[in-house]
Amino acid sequence: MLPIRKILLLACVLSCVTACSPVEPWVKPYEREHLADEIMKFDRNPVSHSYMVHVYQAREAARGAEGGSGGGCGCN
Amino acid sequence: MLKAEVVAAVAVTSLHYSRLAGFCLLFFGFTTVAGVLPDDRADAMYHSYDGGGVEITGPSILVLKNVRQDLAVSGNYYVDSISSASIDVVTQASPYKEERTEYTLGADYMHNNSIMSLSYTDSEESDYEASTASFGISMDMFANMTTVSMGYSRGWDVVGKVNDPAFSEDVDRQSYLLGLTQVITRDMLMEANFEAITDEGFLNNPYRSVRYLDPDSALGYSYEPEVYPNTRTSNALALRSLYYLPYRASTLAEYRIFDDTWGIRAHNVKLAYIHPLSSGWLFEGRYRYYTQNAADFYSDLFPRRDSQNFLARDKELSTFSSNTLGFSVSYDFVQNGWRGIDRGSINFVYDHIWFNYDDFRDLRDTSAPVGQEPLYKFSAGVAQLFVSIWF
Repeated sequence: MLPIRKILLLACVLSCVTACSPVEPWVKPYEREHLADEIMKFDRNPVSHSYMVHVYQAREAARGAEGGSGGGCGCN
Repeated sequence: MLKAEVVAAVAVTSLHYSRLAGFCLLFFGFTTVAGVLPDDRADAMYHSYDGGGVEITGPSILVLKNVRQDLAVSGNYYVDSISSASIDVVTQASPYKEERTEYTLGADYMHNNSIMSLSYTDSEESDYEASTASFGISMDMFANMTTVSMGYSRGWDVVGKVNDPAFSEDVDRQSYLLGLTQVITRDMLMEANFEAITDEGFLNNPYRSVRYLDPDSALGYSYEPEVYPNTRTSNALALRSLYYLPYRASTLAEYRIFDDTWGIRAHNVKLAYIHPLSSGWLFEGRYRYYTQNAADFYSDLFPRRDSQNFLARDKELSTFSSNTLGFSVSYDFVQNGWRGIDRGSINFVYDHIWFNYDDFRDLRDTSAPVGQEPLYKFSAGVAQLFVSIWF
């Protein structure tokens, strides 16, 4: 099995174990001022991000998982 | 140089650009924060790449507009104007010019805490066509502490040959994406992304050759066409974190591991520091390191003709590493609204990349014994100038 798949399998097992207990948000909505700041976005400039992904993909064998899956701070 | 060879050089480098293009721009469909549609914005960019004898310039225009409270549409127009005298081209053919044009249309639909995204990309150049359709969904969970995203893409490519109208080969591509973004503390976010990509079809370059030892040749070696397997599956897992410093600045850390069924394993790390100033200026400095080992069927010099089933001498499949140093400067020229524009910024982004190859030799040096030529290395400057407007 490829090592990346082993890591994913472990993550799935851990998430199944922890999913049985209720999750309380440990960062309240009023505590997310810093997370809502523009400098806390993984992808501030989508055009620039996509271009650099393209620059690297054309010159490297590696590809995928370059990011941009969402911010997730729930600030708005 | 024969005319056929001149033409043949056209796709020695450009094939790789178009092949990957379809999957590159899918990210517009996935950049939404679940539960919130992206703001209306327009970006106009001019990009420039210059390195290793290759110059690539062109525009990229992106417009994103919320047409309803729950629906946003976007369009992107992108051009690569390529002028290439790369190491492959100067040792095997003649310099060429080429242009690739790409269009992407996308839509994001929001329902409760979920956003569904659809996009379609079409990329065309003289000897390569690529179409990609993608679907993604992202959901906010656990009091908006967690965002889970999933995506699926399907691509259909047609590989051509400029000097052979009868040549036409297909490539099918599929991509599966799983993402998780997690609030860790009031100052820290983490993101994990996994992507599996499968390719099936004609995966090598119809023009590129490998070299093998040939005592009958004046050079001591000859060329034969490269041969790749017709399937490839790869996995990539990336972790990123953003940390808000005690003053108003942030740091980004990133690590990605990659492997595939061709025997390649790669790692890259990236560190960035982002520092805004109250006057509307924003600075970013960053460093990136990348390393990979060669594909199982790669060799700089094969011992004889047809020495194995699969043959590659593409430097992107060799053992190499690269270092990137970069910076960005951004200035908000509209900060408090002006004539229907909420905000406007002008941005300059520059990255310098140094590539060092461990088993790809520079054949321009004909004085060295065969197989002992100096190892190839080059550096490239990558610049972007763009204006972003939110309205």
